[in-house]
Amino acid sequence: MNAAHAHDAHHDEHPRGISRWLFTTNHKDIGRLYIGFSVIMFLVGGVLAMLIRTELLRPTLMIPPEIYNQIITVHGLVMVFAAVMPATTGLANYLIPMMIGAPDMALPRLNNWGFWLLPPAALLLVMPFFLMLFGIGNGAIDTGWTMYAPLSVQGGMGVDFAIFAIYLMAMSSLLSSINVIVTIFNMRAPGMSMMKMPVFVWSWLITAFLLIAVFPPLVAGVTMLFADRHFGTHFFNAAGGGDPVLWEHLFWFFGHPEVYILLLPTAGILPHILSTFSRKPIYGYKAQVYSFWAIGALSVVVWAHHMFTSGMPVGAQLYFMYSTMAISIPVAILFFCWFATIWQGSMTFETPMLFALGYIVLFGVGGLTGLVLSDAVADQQYHNSYFLVAHFHYALFGGPVMGIIAATYYYLPKITGRMFNETVGKWHFWQTMVGFNLTFIPQFFLGIAGMPRRIPDYALQFAHLNMLSSIGAYILGSAQLLLVYNLIQVMRGVGKKATAQVWEGARGLEFTVPSPPPYHTFETQPVVQ
Amino acid sequence: MAGRTVSGGDAPAPEATGGRHRRLTIILVLVVLGFFGFGFALVPLYNTFCKLTGLNGKTGGPVGASAVAALKPNDSRTVKVGFTSTVMPGLNWTFKPLHEHMMVHPGTVTSTSYLVSNPSDHPETGQAIMSVVPGRAARYFKKLQCFCFHQETLKAGQFRNMKLVYFISSGIPKDISSIIVSYAFFPVKKHT
Ligand code: HEM
Ligand SMILES: [Cu+2]
Repeated sequence: MNAAHAHDAHHDEHPRGISRWLFTTNHKDIGRLYIGFSVIMFLVGGVLAMLIRTELLRPTLMIPPEIYNQIITVHGLVMVFAAVMPATTGLANYLIPMMIGAPDMALPRLNNWGFWLLPPAALLLVMPFFLMLFGIGNGAIDTGWTMYAPLSVQGGMGVDFAIFAIYLMAMSSLLSSINVIVTIFNMRAPGMSMMKMPVFVWSWLITAFLLIAVFPPLVAGVTMLFADRHFGTHFFNAAGGGDPVLWEHLFWFFGHPEVYILLLPTAGILPHILSTFSRKPIYGYKAQVYSFWAIGALSVVVWAHHMFTSGMPVGAQLYFMYSTMAISIPVAILFFCWFATIWQGSMTFETPMLFALGYIVLFGVGGLTGLVLSDAVADQQYHNSYFLVAHFHYALFGGPVMGIIAATYYYLPKITGRMFNETVGKWHFWQTMVGFNLTFIPQFFLGIAGMPRRIPDYALQFAHLNMLSSIGAYILGSAQLLLVYNLIQVMRGVGKKATAQVWEGARGLEFTVPSPPPYHTFETQPVVQ
Repeated sequence: MAGRTVSGGDAPAPEATGGRHRRLTIILVLVVLGFFGFGFALVPLYNTFCKLTGLNGKTGGPVGASAVAALKPNDSRTVKVGFTSTVMPGLNWTFKPLHEHMMVHPGTVTSTSYLVSNPSDHPETGQAIMSVVPGRAARYFKKLQCFCFHQETLKAGQFRNMKLVYFISSGIPKDISSIIVSYAFFPVKKHT
């Protein structure tokens, strides 16, 4: 590979100040905006999580139940739509053009729109909290992030705010998905055939296809919900002959693929990190690409495993149980490839590698407990219990969030040109691992013992485990401030200068350009051999 | 050395690139619109699916008199039909089945009724929704006359006897010996 060196100073000129960020069409600027936005929203979602765990610290009521419901709902929506999705989209914007040797994304102006739709969406989600403080309305959406009818049909204006937030976020995601697909299909450097594309690029291609397939039906669903609420239609309203279960189908037709939309980009970045720090090439490139395809395809046909208790014929229960279990096969192939990649490598344990290994462990627990839940019979007991809460946090924090943190540390020196503080990074990792497991292991036991989710208070026999879980949450929450510290330090220019390759074992086009990369990379396309 | 492989191989002239981007973008936007439409199409699909399978106890609309003419009563079988009633919050009515159980032969037209009254001091409008358990039996429960799925208004203190005429078609699976027909009256809020 030979990277493009043709950069005269002239090309690095760009508007300064606020208008640089408002009107930017540069993929690296937009990528950084996404990542910055995501960090802020992780903190917002995190503060809400701390409020939840504080309420559950002891078996008493501190927060009024109806406010508690709003807090868990907004926590879920913010984490999924405003924290994790923007983070992976930011990585896509920053990395995909560099990884395939393109000068920018294919549709730069749409890209700018894609980002700037997000802050208003986030505002719509949290604004009803503040309106309530001024006596307007009865607060944010309180239905749970799944927005099940009839609650969502009857709920207050917070539901309308959430519906409009979903419109904006859907528009944003669809714009970036289209952009990713066009960029990948049309802008690869000479010699960069599809089967030479980095694994991360592949993972995002599948993610973008999934988004295009499942976000529009959700938009259709919330449109019907809005019509039920305000125009007297009866899609989900049983009173008019509608069916609340129809909403569940529409929601989960989106909702299950959504978890793979969150997961896949980080499953794509993981092999890069593992390979760098074990100084071995990625094992099983083809197997991983085919697994992504298999996961993507299966993810749209298993949705009703979330509805085993909603009433379904036995045949349907069996179908959704076995098809769900089948997904564990391509996922297990990914695990196998990850292990084989680090197997007998000369591993070193810098912060990104630690988080990547943590990902494998925690997401592994999430996957295995998911297999338990996919058993239609067992799920009758575990459904909507704290077992489920623990499971999906292992899957969503253990997978996507650990992956995002690993990727952030991995690319931070590339993006900013500065090495972060390794000691702080290592502390961040170990405190996260301790805090996370302390938070969520007790919740498995609480769930098995019968504690339901989405309640602000609980029976006395659950007190000890809840106390442990809350203490874990404080450890976990405060650990994330170490990442914020590292981010601020490198942005202030503190730290050793990073080389172009950054990490000794790093490969790929993005590590052939200087750190930080010039404003415009690859104006002359590199050639891949 | 430019390895010429699949598309994206060589860097085309900028105008050409713009055209290729536009074409693919338009295709993708159409795909998005298609899936948006698919979301709406799921509603009739789901309803048809439920009627065919009886999922969620949906029975389908009333049947005509022609269906009665073709009936062949099967006196060798008896199915126990239970009736339940629910008044949803927001409606102040009392609502009871005249018969809690009936023993019927498949293929025989039977009638019963629900007793409804509005003891409150103002008129109220409600609409009854019905369903059948087990769901498998739903499509064998045929209504000739029913007060469900349309709005009924009761004046303050008014009483009404709401008639239900039905039969169970003889195709009902052998292992189903009893079914429950459930009616729920929902308040109707007038949307303006
Ligand atoms: C600091 C870390 C976190 C803690 C301590 C935490 C804690 C909690 C708790 C206690 C609940 C409420 C469960 C209930 O009563 O139903 C909850 C719900 C939820 N969390 Fe988290 N969480 C954290 C991070 C995350 C992340 C990173 C994600 C997603 C990527 C996430 C997604 C969700 C979702 C989707 C719900 C369900 C909301 C609902 O019931 O509608 N959480 N979380
Ligand atoms: Cu699922």
